[in-house]
Amino acid sequence: MRIASSPLAALLMLLTGLVTLSALGKDPIAAFNVFFIEPFSSIYGIGELLLKATPLMLCALGLSLGYRANVWNIGAEGQLTIGAIAGSGVGLFYGGVLGSWALPVMLLAGILGGMAWAAIPALLRTRFNTSEIFVSLMLVYIAQLFLSYLVHGPWRDPAGQNFPQSQALADNALVPTLIEGARVTAGLWMALGLAALSWWFGSATAAGFRMRVSGMAPAAAAYAGISARGNIWLAMMIGGGAAGLAGLLEVAGPIGMLQPVISPGYGFTAIIVAFVGRLHPVGIVLGSLLMSALYLGGESAQIELQLPSSVSGVFQAALLFFLLAAELFIHFRLRRTRR
Amino acid sequence: MTTAGPAPARTAPRLALRGISKRYGSVLANDSIELEVAPGEIHAILGENGAGKSTLMKIVYGVTEPDSGSIEWQGAAVDIRSPAQARRLGIAMVFQHFALFETLTVAENIALALDEPSPESQLAARIEEVSLRYGLPIDPQHVLHGMSVGERQRVEIVRCLLQRPSLLIMDEPTSVLTPQAVRVLFQTLRQLASEGVSILYISHKLDEIRELCDVATILRNGRVSGSAIPREESNASLARLMVGGELEECVLMPREAGEVRLALTGLTLPSSDPFGTSLSDINLGVRGGEIVGIAGVSGNGQKELVAAISGETLCAAAGAVRLCGIDAGRASPVRRRRLGLRFVPEERLGRGAVDEMSLADNSILTGADSGLVRHGMLQTRAARAFARATIDRFAVKCAGELALAESLSGGNLQKFIVGREIRLEPKVMLVAQPTWGVDVGAALVIRQALIDLRNAGVAVLVISEELEELFSICDRIAVIAGGRLSAAMPSSKWTAETVGLSMTGVFEAAGGSEPLVAGL
Repeated sequence: MRIASSPLAALLMLLTGLVTLSALGKDPIAAFNVFFIEPFSSIYGIGELLLKATPLMLCALGLSLGYRANVWNIGAEGQLTIGAIAGSGVGLFYGGVLGSWALPVMLLAGILGGMAWAAIPALLRTRFNTSEIFVSLMLVYIAQLFLSYLVHGPWRDPAGQNFPQSQALADNALVPTLIEGARVTAGLWMALGLAALSWWFGSATAAGFRMRVSGMAPAAAAYAGISARGNIWLAMMIGGGAAGLAGLLEVAGPIGMLQPVISPGYGFTAIIVAFVGRLHPVGIVLGSLLMSALYLGGESAQIELQLPSSVSGVFQAALLFFLLAAELFIHFRLRRTRR
Repeated sequence: MTTAGPAPARTAPRLALRGISKRYGSVLANDSIELEVAPGEIHAILGENGAGKSTLMKIVYGVTEPDSGSIEWQGAAVDIRSPAQARRLGIAMVFQHFALFETLTVAENIALALDEPSPESQLAARIEEVSLRYGLPIDPQHVLHGMSVGERQRVEIVRCLLQRPSLLIMDEPTSVLTPQAVRVLFQTLRQLASEGVSILYISHKLDEIRELCDVATILRNGRVSGSAIPREESNASLARLMVGGELEECVLMPREAGEVRLALTGLTLPSSDPFGTSLSDINLGVRGGEIVGIAGVSGNGQKELVAAISGETLCAAAGAVRLCGIDAGRASPVRRRRLGLRFVPEERLGRGAVDEMSLADNSILTGADSGLVRHGMLQTRAARAFARATIDRFAVKCAGELALAESLSGGNLQKFIVGREIRLEPKVMLVAQPTWGVDVGAALVIRQALIDLRNAGVAVLVISEELEELFSICDRIAVIAGGRLSAAMPSSKWTAETVGLSMTGVFEAAGGSEPLVAGL
């Protein structure tokens, strides 16, 4: 029953969407076509699907390990941003010196940047028992403003006609694409690799075991002597590192430079992906594909059906809503009571 | 009691069960059960865990519906479809596992459970009145969080009594009371019975049943295996009806104790919880080859003491807790385990074992250092073998080593946890409430296992609220009251009365070395 909740929620989301669209006077069959068939009828379209799934997958995989241990990092968007800044900074300023080492060093810098940003809520939580939920969320906006400051100020391309953007990254600082005629990059392999790694980590290692115990039964974790502090740090570092990598892959991939906005909210959407995927790596891979399809469907609906861009947000929200509802009704039964 | 009340006139019984059957999957939990409870009768339901007592009580209380059979209430056939309906009929139940909200006060919890809302000010007064009258001291303004299992049970009993029931179901109610308080409770129950309230009394304490109950119905494997007038039976004959065979007794052969392995010296620990008990100047030494028991009413510092020994709470001074001669007061639970400490906590699910993990995974919980984790990797195969061996050696009834901990009955899970800790070769064994809610057969296995450990030279510290148990397995007993611990004296020097007196904090009268503290 519990495994069925995600497909069930997806189905209900689809139905609601089609009903909403026909209420807006759109032909539901055509709308379905525009949303879920057309975007994927070309190599380019499939490439886009995988391209957008990559950061969702990375962020959600990182977050899910923490969520299973009761560590609620919801600031992946900020960690993604700082990872992008750190990694592309290396590419922009040391790309020439590093030569063919540029990309590996950038990847590392991206991961470390995300970790550093996640270290702030981890430190405050372990030292002062501050809620990591609030701290990580607030740091998202700080990260985005910092990025904005850089591209409007010190890192702005002098030859960029005053556009708020950095110089373009050189070829040696870009992640190679996978298929001719599509933008999906080798980052996809990293995301899939992380999925396999996190499965292995969660089921085979003692550290993964300790995180699961902390999430399922905190008193049993204390009894067994599992360090709550260690788990918080590990969870935040994994989540931050994965998000930082996702950010770098965006900037050193399809975008190619730093600009004020580098993510349409991947870090937040990844939270939904993590839960749609039931915090399991396989589920997360599938969930990120679904969510990526919603982004693309929303874009094509915007162009062909003249719908506002928020339509994909509506679909995402409907999915989360139905998922939570399905969970509730799996665990509880509704009963009439006489008053 | 023999002369109590109007002679049970052969009018309609208060409650009659006719041919009640209930099947869960392949298990027939109740098989054509017949039961009659007269008005004002104290009726014992006796049986091992899994005998079908709980299922039967759930049917009476409207939690589950029987597959077949009928229920008569005051002579009229009824369908009890919900606990609310049961309460309207006048049936109240004190559960063994309490459904209470941690963040609410006693009064708020009780208000939630009442079908007819009562103004808060009045309610608090009523709670105080009932708790005073029945010798169950609770403070209505106390928040549940931080209350011990024993205190929570008092809340449940008071909640039931507030409903003025005509049938009261009590599931193992005395396990948390001092002998004196049991006296008071029994008086209360007798008083209730003489007022015409019928009582269904579920227990495995044969002495109590013989003392209190008018009639006993004994269940075995879902069937009524017999009924008896408990006063006319012996413990042995009742136990025979219950288990269907002879029960062995634990034997504690005298033995010379060895060196001190667990030493508590001037252990003082302010409680971090505003409703907890602070420990003050606790001194105790437990030697290899002896079992020391700590008696006391729950909520007197047992929880805090256990956590201070296990390392879940750290002490201020490293020397306050010494394990096998090494200062361990500041050491983590993992370090203490490496020094040879093994520990069975009071809460089985959620502390001693993770509900949603298999028994194999639950072996890793404390067995990580004993070969179940190597180079940071789980040794899945070794963990399965370990769990399987534990299951075999302690006859744990379960679907195998991959069964989830939550799928086991309380007694079987306890056998597994005790077994796991024993198989991890303790030097010092700390056990809290070893046989709480465990059936007679399993309790015997657990007590014998602790005695075997002692005979093998392990230092065993048992914290229990069951005096009978402490007297049967301990070489020495100490009493905890208000966060202070009496001197540990040989069991033979204590009587139920002196222990009971010490439980109120008066150590001197019991011959302990601690001075009497005024006001306790």
